[in-house]
Amino acid sequence: MDLGTVTQMRDARRREQWRPGDAYLGGGTYLFSEPQPHIRRLVDLGSMGWEPLEVTPDGLVIAATCTVAQLNRFTAPPGWQACHPLIEQCCRSFLASFKIWNMATVGGNICNALPAGPMISLTAALEGEATLLALDGGVRRLPVAEFVTGNGRKVLREGELLRSVTLPTYALRSRTAFRQGSLHRLGRSAALVIGRHDPADGSFTLTVTASTPRPVRLWFPLPPAAAQLRAALEQAVPPGAWFDDIYGLPEWRRHLTLRFAEEIRAELTTAPVAPGEE
Amino acid sequence: MRLRVNGREFDEEPRAGQCLRTFLRGLGWFGVKKGCDAGDCGACTVHVDGEPVHSCLYPALRARDRAVTTVEGLAPADGELHRVQRGFLDAQGFQCGFCTAGFLMTTAALDDDKRADLPRAFKGNLCRCTGYRAIEDAVRGVKHTEEPAPGESVGRNLPAPAGPQVVTGTARYTFDVAVDGLLHLKILRSPHPHARIRAIDTTRALAVPGVRAVLTHHDAPERLFSTARHEHPEEDPDDTRVLDDVVRYVGQRVAAVVADSEAAAEEGCRRVEVDYEELPYVIDPEEAMRPGAPVIHPKGDEARIARPQDNVVGETHGEVGDVEAGFAQSDVLHEQTFRTQRVQHASLETHGAVAWFEGDFDAPDGRLVVRSSTQTPFLTRRALCTLYDLPQEKVRVVAGRVGGGFGGKQEMLVEDIVVLAALRTRRPVKLEYTRPEQFFGATTRHPFTIEVKAGASRDGLLKSMRMRIVSNTGAYGNHGPAVLFHGCGESFAVYRCPNKKVDGYAVYTNTVPAGAFRGYGLGQVVFAVESVMDELARRLDLDPMEFRRRNIIAADEEMIAPGGVEEDLHIGSYGLDTCVEVVRRAIAEPDHGEAPPDGWLVGQGAALSMIATGPPGGHIADARVVLQPDGGYELSVGTAEFGNGTTTVHRQIAAGELGTTVDRVTIRQSDTDVVRHDTGAFGSTGTVVAGKATLRASQALAALVLDFAAQHLGVARESCAMAEDAVVCAGRRVPLKELYEAARTADRELAADGHFGGTPRSVAFNAQWFRVAVDPASGEIRILRSVHAADAGQVMNPMQCRGQVEGGVAQALGATLFEEVVVDERGAVTTAAFRRYHLPTYADTPRTEVHFTPTRDAIGPLGAKSMSESPFNPVAPALANALRDATGVRFTRLPLTRDRVWLGLRDHGVAREA
Repeated sequence: MDLGTVTQMRDARRREQWRPGDAYLGGGTYLFSEPQPHIRRLVDLGSMGWEPLEVTPDGLVIAATCTVAQLNRFTAPPGWQACHPLIEQCCRSFLASFKIWNMATVGGNICNALPAGPMISLTAALEGEATLLALDGGVRRLPVAEFVTGNGRKVLREGELLRSVTLPTYALRSRTAFRQGSLHRLGRSAALVIGRHDPADGSFTLTVTASTPRPVRLWFPLPPAAAQLRAALEQAVPPGAWFDDIYGLPEWRRHLTLRFAEEIRAELTTAPVAPGEE
Repeated sequence: MRLRVNGREFDEEPRAGQCLRTFLRGLGWFGVKKGCDAGDCGACTVHVDGEPVHSCLYPALRARDRAVTTVEGLAPADGELHRVQRGFLDAQGFQCGFCTAGFLMTTAALDDDKRADLPRAFKGNLCRCTGYRAIEDAVRGVKHTEEPAPGESVGRNLPAPAGPQVVTGTARYTFDVAVDGLLHLKILRSPHPHARIRAIDTTRALAVPGVRAVLTHHDAPERLFSTARHEHPEEDPDDTRVLDDVVRYVGQRVAAVVADSEAAAEEGCRRVEVDYEELPYVIDPEEAMRPGAPVIHPKGDEARIARPQDNVVGETHGEVGDVEAGFAQSDVLHEQTFRTQRVQHASLETHGAVAWFEGDFDAPDGRLVVRSSTQTPFLTRRALCTLYDLPQEKVRVVAGRVGGGFGGKQEMLVEDIVVLAALRTRRPVKLEYTRPEQFFGATTRHPFTIEVKAGASRDGLLKSMRMRIVSNTGAYGNHGPAVLFHGCGESFAVYRCPNKKVDGYAVYTNTVPAGAFRGYGLGQVVFAVESVMDELARRLDLDPMEFRRRNIIAADEEMIAPGGVEEDLHIGSYGLDTCVEVVRRAIAEPDHGEAPPDGWLVGQGAALSMIATGPPGGHIADARVVLQPDGGYELSVGTAEFGNGTTTVHRQIAAGELGTTVDRVTIRQSDTDVVRHDTGAFGSTGTVVAGKATLRASQALAALVLDFAAQHLGVARESCAMAEDAVVCAGRRVPLKELYEAARTADRELAADGHFGGTPRSVAFNAQWFRVAVDPASGEIRILRSVHAADAGQVMNPMQCRGQVEGGVAQALGATLFEEVVVDERGAVTTAAFRRYHLPTYADTPRTEVHFTPTRDAIGPLGAKSMSESPFNPVAPALANALRDATGVRFTRLPLTRDRVWLGLRDHGVAREA
């Protein structure tokens, strides 16, 4: 929709004083989807020219401006078994259609900080580290799981920018399992749970999103038993802490999450099926 | 900024915050539609450098130096249609057509992988009319339309006249007009559920550059009216002012700002300062009826509110026989309370109107033209004239093609304020609702609470049925009484039962008003009745369809509601037994549908319903057919086309009677200039009322043309017959063109009028059956098979009628499974977007097998009956009955969302917690 109060769009490459009423424009798919009467100027990230996806010795660097469509087309180097099919599974967890993927950015989804943001699910589950640029040029890094602090809340300061998310190699070499539940077929996530089993050290990590206001992460040095996983989950998300909005009643979300967690545990603790055996 | 659109170069500067959608429309590309303006519905899909995007989210400035293709540019330059356009035309993959441009542009961008997974490919495209089957056929290249042949039109799949315009983006909907000097109107809405406006200061709003006027209750007439449109205005209470000094729900109009741009009008709204005195409020209808509840409309008798002090706007009490005695004679009894939720029509085109002047309004021949997204142009003109003391000839109301209605546009929700603004500024004014305004500033379906008690004897006969019904009409009573009364009519009358009683109340609350909605109260009550019929059958250990068969009225029986018999209502044809038979056959058939997943519970259930083929008290249509200089005909009808397909049927009727082909009949419609009167396109009357007027006009013209031809040639009238483009008289062919000339020379016009007053009326029947699988681990309901039987009398156009049924079933599935307008504790709507109010998508919607009964009605034109509202009505109980059959749990509250179903199963020990 038209944003009637916006009177100016400036290229983010031009260094200008940050003003109240400024907002970064990524893909625009959120900004233009709701009235934004507090915004006066859009600071356009569209021409930053950041490489959308960079394979480095440390892992995969996803620029904040990488579109969902670009991420979905990523072909992983050999050994990064976490990428496929998890990237596609997460992209498909968008309520939005593939047409929106052509515009929506990974950074935009993370910065919206919604419980059901699938790029948060993906990057939090793969140990993503966010790189933030402050207006004064300062850089700080923190895990995506800590970047999001609540429903729509994140640690970004005024004028601070999410530059990129780095997924470390060890996480990309892991085996993953994915479950998503929704009120509707192909609908918005009510619970999205990802398990990661690291073949290098044998550890097991569970990342819960959508059913909790912010990502919940559980780490085990070795895959837990069913009861152990369940107890850890119930301790991490006490009654009353399950997310409550129109996309699902909290009790049901809790049930789905516990069920998915156990299914994921079972899946990741059985031997993987070698390609060709399926 | 330079860009190329559909191969043409443009050099225009967008505003910084402008999206591509409005920028393209500003350049004249009206094929780009606004359904939601939030990226959810896909109606605005265009290609940018070949990639499909939702143009409502695309920053216009990013289109710099790019190539944009809209639906208008989809076809290759050689004049042929794009294959996708041809597909949508051949399958008639549209009804109102408002979403069609988006579907075309999306389909054209699908690769083979995406085409193989249409549920996912169409995640971002919503259609409210079709139920998606016709869209799938369009994508898959299935052809349904037939070629016209002279005189043979009824019962054939002739295409919608507007099809070529719809698929090329050239059909003109309400807002697809460019008006010079147009002002834009925006509404400031109440943040309080109930408040008195102590003062409004408009000074700061008027200071906003571009703001031309700010209207408040000081500017509005004192006169009270109802937004509801009925042939007889006294059916609704006069409880509404254009702008009131008391607001009664969160979202009610407080002031209107008129400005050069929407942005300036919005800024003006933010700067109006209002001093509210908050008043006590009530949002629950039962509480609203209790002594001491806040009185929402303390008004006198002239407002026609049944009991204003008790917040009861309308009530009905009736009993035939003696229900208590009937319960005493019953062997089994069942008593339960059912609840239906608030549902929004969600037509893809929002409400809105554009008003402008023809000539100097103060001069004798000057007048005001109102182009509106309405189902009732004539009634709206009448209401505007009454409201502003204008003679009818000073106002013309026109509807373009309307982008869906479903009853929501049987209201005057915008025209009153647009006309006030136009009269005040003497400038053209437009108000186009946003999608959120549709949810909190329009109307919803009436939420009902229905307490039923019913009893039957051991031999499977209904003995007694009693209902107490409370409908929540919201803050205003538009349609409140009439919806309640209709809900208590055919729902009872379809069953033979010696004792029937109803106590019904339509109640004011401080919430968004409810209004007319497809089914008009019947669907809510049918949900309760058909659920209870299912329970009674189970208690009697009878097959529910057999139990129904024993109790439905026969073809020669009276239709008795607790209020008695409606004098002008007749069973003009009877397909009810056949509908029941269709369901029984489907149940008996071996499963050939999808197999249920392991661990899922499987069940089946059905429901039936009856509906009158028009509203009580008369429904008027005038039609006129005129022979044209080229030998074709022009048919004028008042009724609007919003995807219901009546225009197709009217043209078929005329062509059939005149012995010609449909392509020789052009249509003028939905314009107060074209005929004397038309009550409107509501109450399932498009085919049976306006169609009957069309039939009469066409028959009269055929007679006139034959008389004239016989006289002209000096031959016997009996030797003359109508042909495609001529009259054939004793073997001689006189072209109609020649007859037109001859008539003109003789100073005669070959034209005829037809009229129908909408009475007597017949009844139509429907039955729905589902087989479902239910996952006790998640609450998911999967529909394995869906069968619908419809008694529409003589089906005028099977392709279209099937589409009406499929669309009705899909819309009803939305209301059964997911849709709910949620309000908070202050009555404020919290689901004011499609991402929060889930419409059935392609992925959600099963295919429904549609069976028509071989009936022919004695009352309807050429044997036809209505089939537009009614397919909706049996869907919710059929699904709830199937769910009951699968799980053993009776669900009594809609919608049946996965979370609620799972909780219900858990609470009954059917599902286990993880």
